[in-house]
Amino acid sequence: MAVVFERPKALIDVPTHYCPGCTHGIVHRLVAEVIDEMGIEGETIGICPVGCSVMAYDYFGCDMIEAPHGRAPAVATGVKRTNPDKFVFTYQGDGDLAAIGTAETVHAATRGENIVIIFINNTIYGMTGGQMAPTTLPGQITQTTPFGRDTQLAGFPVRVCEMLSTLTGTAYAHRVSVDSVPHVRETKKAIRKAFEIQKAKKGFSIIEILSTCPTNWGLTPSEAIKRLRDEMIPYYPLGVYKDTTEEGNK
Amino acid sequence: MAATEILLAGFGGQGVLFAGKILAYCGLMDSKELTWLPSYGPEMRGGTANCSVCISDEPIGSPLVLAPDILIAMNQPSFDKFVNDVKSGGKVFYDSTLIESECTRTDIEIFPIPSSQLADDNGLKGGSNIILLGKVIKETGIFTLDTMKKGIEKVVPPSKAHLIENNFKAIELGMNN
Amino acid sequence: MERNLMKGNEAIAEAAIRAGCKCFFGYPITPQTELAAYMAKRMHKAGGVFLQAESEIAAINMVLGAASTGVRAMTSSSSPGLSLKSEGISYIAGSDVPAVIINVQRGGPGLGGIQPSQADYWQATKALGHGDFHLLVFAPASVQEMVDMVVKAFDKADEYRMPAMILADGLLGQMMEPVSFPEINPDAHDKNGWAANGHGNKREHHIINSLYLKPDELENSVTERFARYDMIKEKETDAELYLTEDCDILLCAFGATARVVKSAVNEARMQGIKAGMFRPKTLWPFPVKEINKASENARMLLSVEMSMGQMIDDIKLAINCSKPVGFYGRTGGVIPTPAEVLAEIKKAGGAE
Repeated sequence: MAVVFERPKALIDVPTHYCPGCTHGIVHRLVAEVIDEMGIEGETIGICPVGCSVMAYDYFGCDMIEAPHGRAPAVATGVKRTNPDKFVFTYQGDGDLAAIGTAETVHAATRGENIVIIFINNTIYGMTGGQMAPTTLPGQITQTTPFGRDTQLAGFPVRVCEMLSTLTGTAYAHRVSVDSVPHVRETKKAIRKAFEIQKAKKGFSIIEILSTCPTNWGLTPSEAIKRLRDEMIPYYPLGVYKDTTEEGNK
Repeated sequence: MAATEILLAGFGGQGVLFAGKILAYCGLMDSKELTWLPSYGPEMRGGTANCSVCISDEPIGSPLVLAPDILIAMNQPSFDKFVNDVKSGGKVFYDSTLIESECTRTDIEIFPIPSSQLADDNGLKGGSNIILLGKVIKETGIFTLDTMKKGIEKVVPPSKAHLIENNFKAIELGMNN
Repeated sequence: MERNLMKGNEAIAEAAIRAGCKCFFGYPITPQTELAAYMAKRMHKAGGVFLQAESEIAAINMVLGAASTGVRAMTSSSSPGLSLKSEGISYIAGSDVPAVIINVQRGGPGLGGIQPSQADYWQATKALGHGDFHLLVFAPASVQEMVDMVVKAFDKADEYRMPAMILADGLLGQMMEPVSFPEINPDAHDKNGWAANGHGNKREHHIINSLYLKPDELENSVTERFARYDMIKEKETDAELYLTEDCDILLCAFGATARVVKSAVNEARMQGIKAGMFRPKTLWPFPVKEINKASENARMLLSVEMSMGQMIDDIKLAINCSKPVGFYGRTGGVIPTPAEVLAEIKKAGGAE
């Protein structure tokens, strides 16, 4: 019988610790599929963040390095600069990338570091139990905004792709989502493109993936998908914010 | 030779550290032990600058010169600040164009030389520091002219090699005044 | 061997390149700036990487990344910068990654000053970051030793898979002395067993990590590391003993202060006082055997430091408080003078 669907080789065959309905699993799979399709697992080094995906090193089959909170782009810089022919990606959440690691993110981008950043935006700190993230929407209830995010008090959400697209060093900034099959397909295409950009030594790519956190949002997985679609996408419009490849210049 | 402790002091930009470097390289040329220690601070130009140079046959302990055998002073504040620190029997060299000595010490030797004026008169702009060094080697014999020339050749960067001759001229001017 | 005249900061950089350091990540701070400037000029020609990071935090994490792939990596800073690097250093230690860190100390706390200081002794030897760990700490007292210790730091860091630090100060960093570079053959430590540099489909994937959520696993990893530390304490201590055989008063000092103390000891000897000096070259591990040997015949010890007295506890512990230990120090960037130290020796009743 022909096998039409199987686990990507770049994903290790172990159960993950992610909650039911969490979209990390989808994104892990997409990254692994791209690594498989490009045949680069042996030349890839991944950098884990601090956050829910802190233990991604147990799931990806390539060599992995665990970074301090927010520092993954700096760690990736150290790896890539000394191993320019290897593929280097970071996998980071919104607190890691857009709060404690803002400086590392912005400067890796502005230097045009030839790396790929997979950025999971689910508007919340998941691992620590659901606190306000830099991307938490106005009015959103979290453990540390129990009455909803008051922008007078807690400021406004950070739109990362928009911000990074202003930097000359950014080659590719694309916001995607995993709320539907077509969007999942588009996400994979974006990830593949980011790795191809790295292969072509064109510079810094960030793929911002709108994701869910059913557990900390207090919703069922399907309600969470609905929230992503109804509330997040309007605030964080999907699309290519910067593309310096030929395709982008069309 | 016991350790010779030299203190050079003046305004930033007068070439105090540079002159100290020449002395240090002279020590290197003569296979001596030596240390060169600059004062450092946020003021890059115009502030006070000084540097300590120790030349010895033995390993050098503290590189910080507190009681110099030789003081080279290039401005009034430096002269006033350090002249009383000079060891008894020590020697003070200063630019008499810029400094008026009111020193009453009789246990030290004082060598005024109008080094700024000499530099200007001989088309050696900025060469006052080197003229003072010429005076120093003449009066102390710490290094020969030959060593001093080798030291200068080491310190002047290749991009400024055309200035070496001027430095030699300045040294000889200092030795003959 | 050819003698060159170099600033301590530059000599460290040159020695690192010769020792096979392939990348330097730094951030500007006085008084170590010449080190980064030298690297910026030389590293590229030497086939390595120089990168000015956006912060000390980023710089140390770039070191973590590069070193995780098995490359010799270094960063340098001065006191306030080390506080920022402490996070990364803890991760480097917890991940068993070798790296070399330079601290050209200045006065603190806070922004402090920019003049020489030794007030980071506690930080370097006791708590450069959170958690149970140590780093190797070398304390040079001359420009030549800065060279020799940088080479050694890279070797020992690789050998024990841990961070190593050169604890210098503004005086050593800024001063020029004759220095010669020995023939350096970077020790070839095989890093293929752990480096995360791409498995090439030829081995299991490597993980560089300091996270252990199960307490017993974390305890095991720390215990294993401390077994290594015991071995290091046994094998890697180093100290200079100067005129100690017959000394009545043993002065203890490291780094630049030891030069001042040596001048004072020489002067004391000229005046007939039996003074000697113990100078630890490794601050961690502290040279316990060596100080006990040095102080065998001494009536008392006197620690001289450019701080409020941070080494004195290690001295007391090392000799098991068997003899009185006095202290003389200047801090905030003030350098003690040989005359001041001599006066302290006399005050302590240094005998003929």
